Amino acid sequence: MHPGFDHGLTVAPPDGGATTRGATVRLALVGSPNSGKTTLFNALTGMHAKTGNYPGVTVARYEGSTRVNGIAVVVEDLPGTYSLDPISIDEEIVADRLDPNRSHESAADVALSTAPDGLLVTMDATVLHRSLGLLAQVLQTEIPTCVVVTFTDELARRQGTLDFDALRRALGVPVVTVVAGRNSDLAALRGLLANPSDWDAPIVLPPTATRELSAWVGSVLAAARYEVPQIDERTRKVDAVLLHPWWGSLIFFATMFAFFQVIFTVAAPLQDGIETFFAYLGSLVDTYVSNPWLGSFLSDALLGGVGGVLVFVPQIALLFLMISVLEGIGYMSRAAFLMDKVMSTAGLEGRAFVALLSSLACAIPGIMATRTLPSARDRLATMIAAPLMTCSARLPVYILLIGLLVPTGAGWGPVSTQGAVMFGLYLAGAVAAMAAAWIASHVGRGAGPLLPFYMEMPPYRMPSVRSVATSVWGSCKTFLQKIGKIILGTTIVLWLLLNLPAQNDAEMQAAGIDTSNAAATSEHVLNNSYAAGVGKFVEPVFDPLGFDWRINIGVVASLAAREVFVATLGQVAAAQDPENPSTALQEMTVVDGPRASQPLFTAPVVAALLAFFIFALQCVSTIAVLRRESGSWKWPTIAFTSYFALAWVAAFAANRIVGALM
Amino acid sequence: MSAVSVTLSSRTIDSHDAPGCTGWTSLADLGPGNSGVIVDLCDSADPATARRLFDLGFAPGTSIEVLRRAPMADPVVYRVAGYEIALRRAQARCIQVSITV
Repeated sequence: MHPGFDHGLTVAPPDGGATTRGATVRLALVGSPNSGKTTLFNALTGMHAKTGNYPGVTVARYEGSTRVNGIAVVVEDLPGTYSLDPISIDEEIVADRLDPNRSHESAADVALSTAPDGLLVTMDATVLHRSLGLLAQVLQTEIPTCVVVTFTDELARRQGTLDFDALRRALGVPVVTVVAGRNSDLAALRGLLANPSDWDAPIVLPPTATRELSAWVGSVLAAARYEVPQIDERTRKVDAVLLHPWWGSLIFFATMFAFFQVIFTVAAPLQDGIETFFAYLGSLVDTYVSNPWLGSFLSDALLGGVGGVLVFVPQIALLFLMISVLEGIGYMSRAAFLMDKVMSTAGLEGRAFVALLSSLACAIPGIMATRTLPSARDRLATMIAAPLMTCSARLPVYILLIGLLVPTGAGWGPVSTQGAVMFGLYLAGAVAAMAAAWIASHVGRGAGPLLPFYMEMPPYRMPSVRSVATSVWGSCKTFLQKIGKIILGTTIVLWLLLNLPAQNDAEMQAAGIDTSNAAATSEHVLNNSYAAGVGKFVEPVFDPLGFDWRINIGVVASLAAREVFVATLGQVAAAQDPENPSTALQEMTVVDGPRASQPLFTAPVVAALLAFFIFALQCVSTIAVLRRESGSWKWPTIAFTSYFALAWVAAFAANRIVGALM
Repeated sequence: MSAVSVTLSSRTIDSHDAPGCTGWTSLADLGPGNSGVIVDLCDSADPATARRLFDLGFAPGTSIEVLRRAPMADPVVYRVAGYEIALRRAQARCIQVSITV
């Protein structure tokens, strides 16, 4: 799983210019999953990686650059692969990128149409047997190759041995060792990076026929005096518990439950700090900005809207921190192993679980992660299910709504009710996703053969601080960029819609409004705004759910991004009571109709909103990616309409059920 | 398709000549704690799966150990070629082994 929720809408920036291209060395990193490939990539290129996509397909492309002796070296991190005999789209990319016979004229991007100048093949020292099989295939391409042996510390700890000089002689290519991307180890590798054309090449290529290959691997290992490491006792002992049919399942659910508790309890003080800071900024605006329009724009649109979403950065960071730590430790593949049978009831496989778990961050990387699934049918089913998983964009919406529904501090002992409700929402999303996958998988029956399922169980390892930090920072950066672009833009448009047409004092007085009463005037402007028109226009659809036009504005605006719902309510509340928007939301009352002057956010309404957001596909970016990945508008259209219908029915039911219980 | 992958996709998996071996059984029929030597892959029935299993280290002649089952008995973790990997029953059926323990 790649870190971050790359929206996949960017293309790889053109690298270098005509002047530097001649001097640029292009290298590609090849290796199996869990071989330390991405750690090495991060160590070589620092935090300067750019993400983009391979043309035609949406496999994320990671590229970073470094300088060695004044020569620019561009390193590309190819997707992890076990073989150059591909069975998935990811693996096809690797096989194609390494093909020396590719046409040089067809593709516009020279960097992609030519094979790399050199390959760095990462080989996990503890599974050298399998790694040599992949290396033998890579050497067939006859591109200059350098072997980077990783995890030699673990090899030594588990009493395995390897003679690197002998391995170098046996293979006929440069061999270096880099443990966990340590700088002291990188020097030897860096010295080689600038001139791949000078690297030694094997005199005789390794065989491809299977019996001969097995013999070749055996002879290389014997020549390198390779002693297979002892079984990792630590991993074995931990697995005896974590993969135990009963204990393992119990711990799995406890882990998932704790996951959501942490998001609430640990993030709370950080969020309070951010809120206090924005309140302080708001007081500065009140003190120093005298122009009412500018003041309203600054405090409502910028501080109310953007600040309202920025508050969720600690939670987003924690979510990604925990995902990347669980991934780095090796627990994710255990979770996929435990969940495989359950996934198979929905017609999916364990790896689809990883794609769905990525969807907890954002449906877009989740949908993109389905490319590791070899079967077209599984891919489609997982893609359709992904938007139902509770993404991090729903998190701010849920937190806001749960805050309105359940008082802070409520709970049984150490278990917070808010955390428990959140867990329930995540569970509801996951169950809906499984059901959708089951339906899609059965509709798509016959869309290709069943492909083999296999999943490596890597030893438990401590993830490096650098790789976790890179992942968390990357995700927060993307979230902040999203706030900067989509959310800021939408908030400004909303502010205009909420405050236009402008009303002068004469018009207000004509309407019977006391112009000296700030709350009354702002409410009058809001009630007659363009946004109110939109909200009231869609009112017939949402009225049975208990939503009034102000909520409707939020629901419509949340199509741009779900977090906008929070920003919108922040603005609407701020417009009603500029002094204290958060209590304004709680005290907001219904303006007209049979429930007039009753509180707007009653338990049935909040429950209906929560139910609506569990299911509705309120995200244009996801729709766009679904369109691109599935190749037509058919599936996104089906998903959007059916999830909307489901959301409406669920919200209606939630409203009535909670209403009956109150 | 790249040139190398065309070559690789035309591979056939040679079976392992097990001298004095009498009983072959499917890996799917082994329980946790059992060990064996891989004798053959289902190269004729499902060549793509057989080639992938070979690339993952399930080469004829390699020893294999059954480690543990997931809840509801599927998939199963095996130890092969010095590492641990889970396969579903359907893939385990593709692998023929001669039991050593």
